[in-house]
Amino acid sequence: MFEPVMMKFLGIGIGETLYMTLLSTFLAYVIGLPLGIVMVVTDKSGIRPRLLLNKVLDVIINILRSVPFLILMIVLIPFTRAIAGTTIGPKAAVVSLVVAAAPFIARLVESSIKEVDYGVIEAAQSMGASPLDIVYKVLLPEAKPSLIVGSAIAVTTILSYSAMAGIIGGGGLGAIAINYGYYRYEVGIMLVTVALLVVIVQIFQETGMRLAKKFDKRF
Amino acid sequence: MEKKQTIIELTQLGKVFHTKDGSVSALENIDLQIYEGEIFGIIGMSGAGKSTLVRCINFLEKPTSGEVIFDGQKLSQLTEKELRAVRRSMGMIFQQFNLLMQRTAFQNICFPLEIAGMEKSAAKERAEELLEIVGLSDKRNVYPSQLSGGQKQRVAIARALATKPKVLLCDEATSALDPSTTQSILALIKDINRRLGITIIVITHEMSVIEEICQRVAIIDDSKIAEIGTVEEIFTRPKSAAGRKFFFPGGAKTRELTGDRCIRVVFDGGNAYEPVIANMILECKVPVNILFGDIKNIDDKSFGHLVLQIPDDERTKGRIVAYLQEKNLTVEEVIENV
Ligand SMILES: Nc1ncnc2c1ncn2[C@@H]1O[C@H](COP(=O)(O)OP(=O)(O)O)[C@@H](O)[C@H]1O
Ligand SMILES: [Mg+2]
Repeated sequence: MFEPVMMKFLGIGIGETLYMTLLSTFLAYVIGLPLGIVMVVTDKSGIRPRLLLNKVLDVIINILRSVPFLILMIVLIPFTRAIAGTTIGPKAAVVSLVVAAAPFIARLVESSIKEVDYGVIEAAQSMGASPLDIVYKVLLPEAKPSLIVGSAIAVTTILSYSAMAGIIGGGGLGAIAINYGYYRYEVGIMLVTVALLVVIVQIFQETGMRLAKKFDKRF
Repeated sequence: MEKKQTIIELTQLGKVFHTKDGSVSALENIDLQIYEGEIFGIIGMSGAGKSTLVRCINFLEKPTSGEVIFDGQKLSQLTEKELRAVRRSMGMIFQQFNLLMQRTAFQNICFPLEIAGMEKSAAKERAEELLEIVGLSDKRNVYPSQLSGGQKQRVAIARALATKPKVLLCDEATSALDPSTTQSILALIKDINRRLGITIIVITHEMSVIEEICQRVAIIDDSKIAEIGTVEEIFTRPKSAAGRKFFFPGGAKTRELTGDRCIRVVFDGGNAYEPVIANMILECKVPVNILFGDIKNIDDKSFGHLVLQIPDDERTKGRIVAYLQEKNLTVEEVIENV
């Protein structure tokens, strides 16, 4: 079972999984972080209430969040082809992963930022802080530990989605697990890929928690 | 005060909050003038509208009617940007301190300087100077979570003073602190007022805070100003029902005891060492019953009042009143009790 070819195969799988996960997480944050901030700022108790915009974004986020990932991938096939030029392989999987993860991340960011005590925001306003000052100098720095915990949750969730992407040709460890474990009944290989996934999740999770603790000055 | 220059003026200020369950009128017809360099107190029960009032002064809350005039400018006519500039000349401190938890004491003090766009080295110098003023130079690099309540409020004061404001607004700044810490924070506020000449507005529900540091006080009751005056004036002769409730908190008790004749004897600065009441009893040969008393000894002078129950006949009353008035005390009959 562990002949060199297989090892090389697993190595490629790990590489693809990390590529999909990290690139998708990064791109999903590029969209989700500002989206989450906008959700908090435009909320009716936010520093710049914009109720209509807030409601529209809220509905879009909810819709995207409620479509099961597998279905979303299929629905997105034409979109994926337009963006990535292909519908199979890790690069194609990144497109659906970003679409699925961005609204999820927006919610994580929203809830982290909402933890910031309103009194602190008010104090900043009393010192003449602009909304931009408040976002950059109050909301994000004060929510930093919580945002880091959120990013550990995000990256591990995206990792498990990426394994699912393997089912429709996404590559990575998920694809190996499906191809060997499901189609060929090679249970050993499947268990190895599962173990690898667990280890990767653990590493991300642990790193996130430690970083959050290191940065948190509240205790 | 020699020359009373108005720094803040509120005219017919009103604030209505619209909520799901209808509208709440938090402030009504507030007229107020704050003079430059004074320590002005605003006292009222919980829910009276104190926080709303102070937040209207720096326009964190937009009044729904009336005007706030600060240093000659009507705040309602300013743009957002101009308003932010004005806020830099009005510092504010809070009951819950509201420090940035992820910044050290020093970095907290730098915060308003950063947003004011001050150059880094100048900001650093200013922040060190402020740490010195509030006596926390040794806590420079400590995070708020490692500071006591009193120390947190000192950092908050330093932060509020960073941009050299003309006014410092204090919303229940000592209400979360124990008595001795309260004393030290009040002393600091007094010192800042004296040394830096900053006008200070103190919001509180505690009489002792007003007594300790304020020169003038407004009583706010049920969204309205009940009365305004110097602290001595209001301490000794509150005119409004709300004022009496605050300054003669035993008032409610005397209600049950009326029927017989009662008088209120007001002490407003007489000699604390003269046993006036005892002498009066000996001189007039009448028994009196002290129903309620609240006398404070300030600089060897008595301030406060006593409510006495006296025999129910005109002549005796006349003698008592005449005796007390001769001793320069104010006597009033307690008819309708508060
Ligand atoms: N944002 C708000 N929305 C609705 N009602 C409010 C709001 N802020 C204050 N109020 C109401 O206004 C009144 C005065 O509140 P506040 O100024 O906080 O009183 P105080 O500081 O004297 O305790 C209260 O009845 C309170 O419920
Ligand atoms: Mg209040």
